[in-house]
Amino acid sequence: MARPPPDPQFILRGTGAAVHTLHFSCRGQELDVPTLFSGSENGLIHVWNLKTRRVDTALDGHGRKSVYCMETMGARDKLLSQGRDQRICLWDLAEGRTSVTDFVFTENVGFCRCSLLQVAQGRWLMAMASKALEEVQVLELPSKTSVCTLKPEVGAKLGMPMCLKLWQLSSDSQPLLLAGYEDGSVVLWNLSMGKALSRLGCHQEPVMSLDFDSEKARGISGSSEKVLSIWSLNEQQNLQVYKTHNLVNAGISDITIRPDRKILATAGWDHRIRIFGWKKLKPLAVLDYHTATVHCVSFSDHKSLSERLLAAGSKDHRISIWSIYTDT
Amino acid sequence: GGLDCSISFVSHVLGKVCVHGRQKEILSVLVPRLTALTQSDCIWQRICWRLVECVPERWLEAVLLGFVQRAPGADVLSRLLGNLVVKNKKAQFVMTQKVLLLQYGHTTEVLQNLLGYLSLDSMRRALLIKVLQDLLETWGSSSAVKHSPPEQQHYISRAILICLSLLKEPEIESCRQELLTSMMEGVKCHLDSNLPQIRRQGMVVAESISSRINTDGPVLKFQYEEDDETRELKSLLVQTPPSSAVPSPLDNEKEEAGLPSVPETDKRSPAAAAMKPGEESDAELDSDDDLIPYDMSEDKELTTKAPLYIRDCMEVLTGSGSEDVDRWEAAVKVLESLIRKNPAATKEVSVELAKILLHLEEKTCLEGFVELRQRAQVAVLTTDPVPVAKFLTSQFYSLNYSLRQRMDILDVLVLAAQELSCPKSHRKTKHSSAQTSCIQVLPGSDSSKDWRTVVDERIKSKTRRFATGRSQVEPVSGPNEFNAVAGHFFFPLLQQFDRPLTTFDLLGEDHLVLGRLVHTLAALMYLAVNTVAVTAMGKALLEFVWVLRFHTDSYVRQGLLSCISSMLLSVPAERLLEDMTEELLETQSWLGDVVEKDPDGDCRRLALHNLLLMENLKKKLSTVPS
Repeated sequence: MARPPPDPQFILRGTGAAVHTLHFSCRGQELDVPTLFSGSENGLIHVWNLKTRRVDTALDGHGRKSVYCMETMGARDKLLSQGRDQRICLWDLAEGRTSVTDFVFTENVGFCRCSLLQVAQGRWLMAMASKALEEVQVLELPSKTSVCTLKPEVGAKLGMPMCLKLWQLSSDSQPLLLAGYEDGSVVLWNLSMGKALSRLGCHQEPVMSLDFDSEKARGISGSSEKVLSIWSLNEQQNLQVYKTHNLVNAGISDITIRPDRKILATAGWDHRIRIFGWKKLKPLAVLDYHTATVHCVSFSDHKSLSERLLAAGSKDHRISIWSIYTDT
Repeated sequence: GGLDCSISFVSHVLGKVCVHGRQKEILSVLVPRLTALTQSDCIWQRICWRLVECVPERWLEAVLLGFVQRAPGADVLSRLLGNLVVKNKKAQFVMTQKVLLLQYGHTTEVLQNLLGYLSLDSMRRALLIKVLQDLLETWGSSSAVKHSPPEQQHYISRAILICLSLLKEPEIESCRQELLTSMMEGVKCHLDSNLPQIRRQGMVVAESISSRINTDGPVLKFQYEEDDETRELKSLLVQTPPSSAVPSPLDNEKEEAGLPSVPETDKRSPAAAAMKPGEESDAELDSDDDLIPYDMSEDKELTTKAPLYIRDCMEVLTGSGSEDVDRWEAAVKVLESLIRKNPAATKEVSVELAKILLHLEEKTCLEGFVELRQRAQVAVLTTDPVPVAKFLTSQFYSLNYSLRQRMDILDVLVLAAQELSCPKSHRKTKHSSAQTSCIQVLPGSDSSKDWRTVVDERIKSKTRRFATGRSQVEPVSGPNEFNAVAGHFFFPLLQQFDRPLTTFDLLGEDHLVLGRLVHTLAALMYLAVNTVAVTAMGKALLEFVWVLRFHTDSYVRQGLLSCISSMLLSVPAERLLEDMTEELLETQSWLGDVVEKDPDGDCRRLALHNLLLMENLKKKLSTVPS
């Protein structure tokens, strides 16, 4: 007799607009408060204190245009946010400051979330969709120098890049980029050569979101259709479809694999969050709380395993926090 | 040594001491010494026996009791006392009656000693059997069960069980019947008792007895909860020196008794652990890090519920709820079927619904929206023809409608007329064909072609019918629903065609609409065959045609000629000739003109058709005797 699905641990209300992106920062010093950053459609970034469950500060840096991507760069006082005002802002939040120290003008009006990767101490690579339709640009931060521009070959007809993921197998290996495009294909790019290593058509509709497990060399992508596609990367750096999984309702907005690589969560257009086991993509739970499409899911980075959380932000202005499968 | 000394003095002393309550002190010294001495030495044994025998009777009980209590075992007691119990009446009474039946404060060891003592010598064994019988008698007496204290009953039960364990097979065999009888009686009394303890004791004893007397075959088995007492009682059945050849009854008990203690606990733990292994094995099978899935039975497809009532539909369609587009789409899709299923409800809101549908614009990219809307409109019109027709025809000539909307009105009128004029049995098939023959959006000559083919067919069929006679099976007939409303569809359309409005001028710029109007009228005319109003319609139509016959637009002229055809086909010949002779003659000459001079090929053809029709008509009438 299976247990009924769990209820959310708590709900964060007060964003006042649809929540498009979430990011946890719970791995700090002893006295640091576990924090959740949320970016909403009204351009505000709310910094939630997970102990008091209230907003500590609200950051307004995107001119009231929707914030749709956020990352922390190392510590929690360095935040990167991407908004529809075509800017990627770098924030300095230490000691109560809330100022934008720097920004990158992307000239891109799409919705593609940027991807961040730390390659060395204080050096980051950031991949973002650039001005031209099909291009992806990789910048080094904080110097903002361009590392490469990834242009698909003529006639490839990939469409806009929809989602990006920078990764490297270990800290001294080559960084690679996985990009999901509008035509439903996922492409693996080599940054140093600026070339595409492999292209896999895994969806009929645009790839909405993807995530990659570099350990197992396997990734998962979701689209606006009913299929989740799991693909693997073999030694020759070729992408192959490993498995597909059919969902009950169409549309996935976000997929994320938990840092311990045991489970993954998908945010669906049908208002539901689905949890799967990552090993065999076994469906584990369907979390039904939200009343509108769920835009983003994010796992926390708590050091202690039992405190780990899953957050989901939805169009119904609420963020639900769940504690699920924390004992493994 | 060798002296025949008298121990009687010692016995006296012993007896006196014991009677005065000093058994313990003296016997605690004496008994161990005697035990040791009598171990192997027969002489000492005899001395001991003499000692006890010589104790005066009045003190014998105390001494005996002391001995029984102090002796470390039945065999020691046997050495110490010898066959005293057989020889001495008092001793016998004490040992077999008093201790067992009249007293109950002694420990189990005492009982063991005593009864064991009785069992160790063949002479004494007879006493043992008697003892058992006495015990059973007491055990089985209902008054004893009711009135004696539970401790005593427990004592007696123990004694019984010890006896049973001591007795051998043949001995039991000999008194089997009595045992059985007593057991039955005893069980009855015990089970009647209100005290669970008594009941349990009774059950244990009965089971033991039954097991001893029926070593083969079914034994009595009770179901009771094990507790310390029952376990203790049962343990009495086992004698540590296995002198009797009875197999360890304890094991038997386990097999035969209701709820043996060990298997019970075993049962309980598997039950508790059943949950875990089930889940674990699941996880193991999947080998997915033992992550146990939650119940996902609620995860179903998201379907938007379509409204179930027409008023709900109307609300959704008019609502400003731009949020719920899914619901809007669902409403549009389901509307036609709702209208057809609920004619009464539709009639209440027909005009309003027609209005909503007329103004309904496509909100989302819904496949087949135009057709869905049209079908819904037709459904409303056929359900409640008169008011809706009034509404639509009035709207046709109203301000601020787009051309598209006006032409929609015309199309809907024709489709509805078609549906109404068709016998019900044909309607089902008509529906499916209506999809394909749905009047096109494009203002091509498509619609006129449709009608042309229909008219041609009709002409052909008419002429053929004369030749071959009735070759078709009579279709099921029903009242012509179009009959009642044909006029309502038709006449309002004719009324205001020459009155221009600011945005709508049929005779001026909007000749496209005029063409469609004319074709519509032709269709309506055609469908009005066999209705009462057909003659009036024919006349009006002819007048209308006459006014417009020189229209510059060829589409319009084709329409006018179709009108003539329809009229000739629909209006009964007699009526035509009687009421409209002059008009017909005028029309005939006009048609001749058209045939010769009209620039448009289709017009000429149509005019020729019409002339042929008129010829046929004349012939038909001339053949019929007036």
